[in-house]
Amino acid sequence: MKILLNNREEEFIEESISVNEMLIQKKFSFKMRIIKLNGTLISKEKYDITIIHDGDDVQMLYLMSGG
Amino acid sequence: MRFSEIKTHLSKFRVGIAGAGGLGSNCAVALARCGVGTLVIADFDVIEEPNLNRQYYFTNQIGLMKTVALKENIAHINHDVNVIIHQKKLDRINITEIFSGCNIIVEALDSAVMKEMLIETVQTKMAGIPLVVGSGMAGWGKTNDIISRKIDDTLFVCGDEYSEVSDNLPPIAPRVAIVANMQANVVIELLMNTK
Repeated sequence: MKILLNNREEEFIEESISVNEMLIQKKFSFKMRIIKLNGTLISKEKYDITIIHDGDDVQMLYLMSGG
Repeated sequence: MRFSEIKTHLSKFRVGIAGAGGLGSNCAVALARCGVGTLVIADFDVIEEPNLNRQYYFTNQIGLMKTVALKENIAHINHDVNVIIHQKKLDRINITEIFSGCNIIVEALDSAVMKEMLIETVQTKMAGIPLVVGSGMAGWGKTNDIISRKIDDTLFVCGDEYSEVSDNLPPIAPRVAIVANMQANVVIELLMNTK
């Protein structure tokens, strides 16, 4: 499948994968982040049960302490 | 457009500012100078000497509540701004009450955990209200790594998204104020495009 990840096209062998699986495959290890799937915020507890499909739009931003 | 017209337009709006530290105090002052009508500012902290390396306060305000001092400083800059202050630590319950009626909310909190909590709350319980987040501003230099990025119509992020505060990489005035003013600039842009 092909998805948009932060506006860039990314390809995965699978037909669909969970958010968690996507993070592992892309080696995104930093823990503090916000993920939106097709405009909907996905909370951390739902990374395992939320499935990304072909054509989905995934937006991710990193949260750094400091302000 | 002349500044008098800009000011008149901005006076119609209400902006929420979550946190009155380095990001919040500098952002609030920028918005006040432009003439945003109402600022709703929430913070529970007291001003301490180390804050003065980046926050919009003065030595004679050490020991005061940040919200109270910021309201005072804004009054010295622009009398016409209505400043509503809340001396509260933000949580999943009070965020929606404190910022209800705001056209836009600025995330100006310190810890990544609090940022996450605020973003989740606003994006799920206050759908449609644009939120302008600050993330990644510790240290110095690397000016051009700091950007403002639109995630979608309701979420914007300003910062480099990688510089985390630590003992050896403290937040100091230039980069913090750049991000704070970038957040204010996003707010102004959104409000100028709002009828």
